[in-house]
Amino acid sequence: MSLTPTTSQTVGPFFLIGFDRMCQQDVAPAGVSGERIEITGRVVDGDGLPVPDAVVEIWQANAHGRYAHPEDWQDKPLEPQFRGYGRCATDDEGRFHFTTIKPGRVAAPDGSLQAPHIAVSVFMRGLLIRLVTRIYFPDDPANGEDFALDLVAASRRATLIAKKVAGREGVLEWNVMLQGPDETVFFDC
Amino acid sequence: MRSSEKETPSATRLAGYRRPPPGTQPPHLHPPYVSSIKRAPTKPLIYLPHTISEVTGPVFGAESVDVKEFDLTKQHSGEPVGERIAISGRVIDADGRPIGETLIDIWQANAAGRYRHKIDQHDAPLDPNFAGVGHTLTDSQGRYRFVTVRPGAYPWKNHYNAWRPSHIHFSLFGPAFATRLVTQMYFPGDPLIPFDPVFNCTADEKARQGLISKFDWETTVPDGALGYRFDIVLNGREATPTELSGGRR
Repeated sequence: MSLTPTTSQTVGPFFLIGFDRMCQQDVAPAGVSGERIEITGRVVDGDGLPVPDAVVEIWQANAHGRYAHPEDWQDKPLEPQFRGYGRCATDDEGRFHFTTIKPGRVAAPDGSLQAPHIAVSVFMRGLLIRLVTRIYFPDDPANGEDFALDLVAASRRATLIAKKVAGREGVLEWNVMLQGPDETVFFDC
Repeated sequence: MRSSEKETPSATRLAGYRRPPPGTQPPHLHPPYVSSIKRAPTKPLIYLPHTISEVTGPVFGAESVDVKEFDLTKQHSGEPVGERIAISGRVIDADGRPIGETLIDIWQANAAGRYRHKIDQHDAPLDPNFAGVGHTLTDSQGRYRFVTVRPGAYPWKNHYNAWRPSHIHFSLFGPAFATRLVTQMYFPGDPLIPFDPVFNCTADEKARQGLISKFDWETTVPDGALGYRFDIVLNGREATPTELSGGRR
């Protein structure tokens, strides 16, 4: 006997009154180890217009590749100040940004390791159920052997990999394209 | 937590979460909900087996909750206008197991059908004594309770003479990234429900009906507030691999 999980509904246009309290763009306070990065991007609709009423949530491991969660069985250090959760609502131009650290590699289903990545949920008016995607990192040799990237057609993998921003050390750009030729890869999670 | 000396391939020790049955969750594209048309992805989703990244998720405990915030009628110096209601229920998984100490955030319109949000321009009064925002943590049995006022219906631009039925938004993380849920709770007998494209987005009739709370005497406060019951079911766990019996959970 299995109960049916409650059906999802849109966050609607007014979610920020409820979500504001838990918005957190600075994911890694001072003292947390790892390579400091800033991730910046936009949410863009099928007409190429910015989505000003979306919210992006992220979930990531620390620099050692360990999640701050009781079910992470990996024998790696935790960092007490690092929860690994972020939330940012988009501005009038559809922009969001996070400051955090690059996560370490975590276990893959086949016993190997996944490439460094950040799990992402996107909510907005017009979206009845969240979109799930991932952010990977540019020039990381582990991307070539990542099991989740391998599920994606080679021609679309680039949508999951952040890009370096020229002239800005540590800044990465990663966009959520809802439709169009560069539509972001979204997962059934 | 397991110790590392028993290191076995993680494939044998990871129990993912079961996907909801087909038709019981909304599609991304639901044309009657006009805003979905330019915002729904057009390419098929790629099935992602759950990994350690999806069976973990942010943990919010007592430190992230103000225990007074379950009562939306007591956040200001005066009393909000409207019909006072209480909502109670349980958060459980698809196997009926309680999800204890899990965060619930809610937000809603006031009794006149107006949100305290800068882009809500509906010509209905704001209530200086009502913010429409609350949160709580479930107890060890997954139980929760809110006290608030019944939100008003309000017009929206989806189609001619479109009105949203009274509803309250609920947001939960549950135990894992894979259990994240944002939904809306409706009220029994609301004549607007059958016409609402948001309510109607899910194909499965029983799943839709699960969004309508039930009038409940046990939740009703004598001389105080009508009570409604709303249980929330999050995704259930895949069968735990036998190597794990007595191990994680």
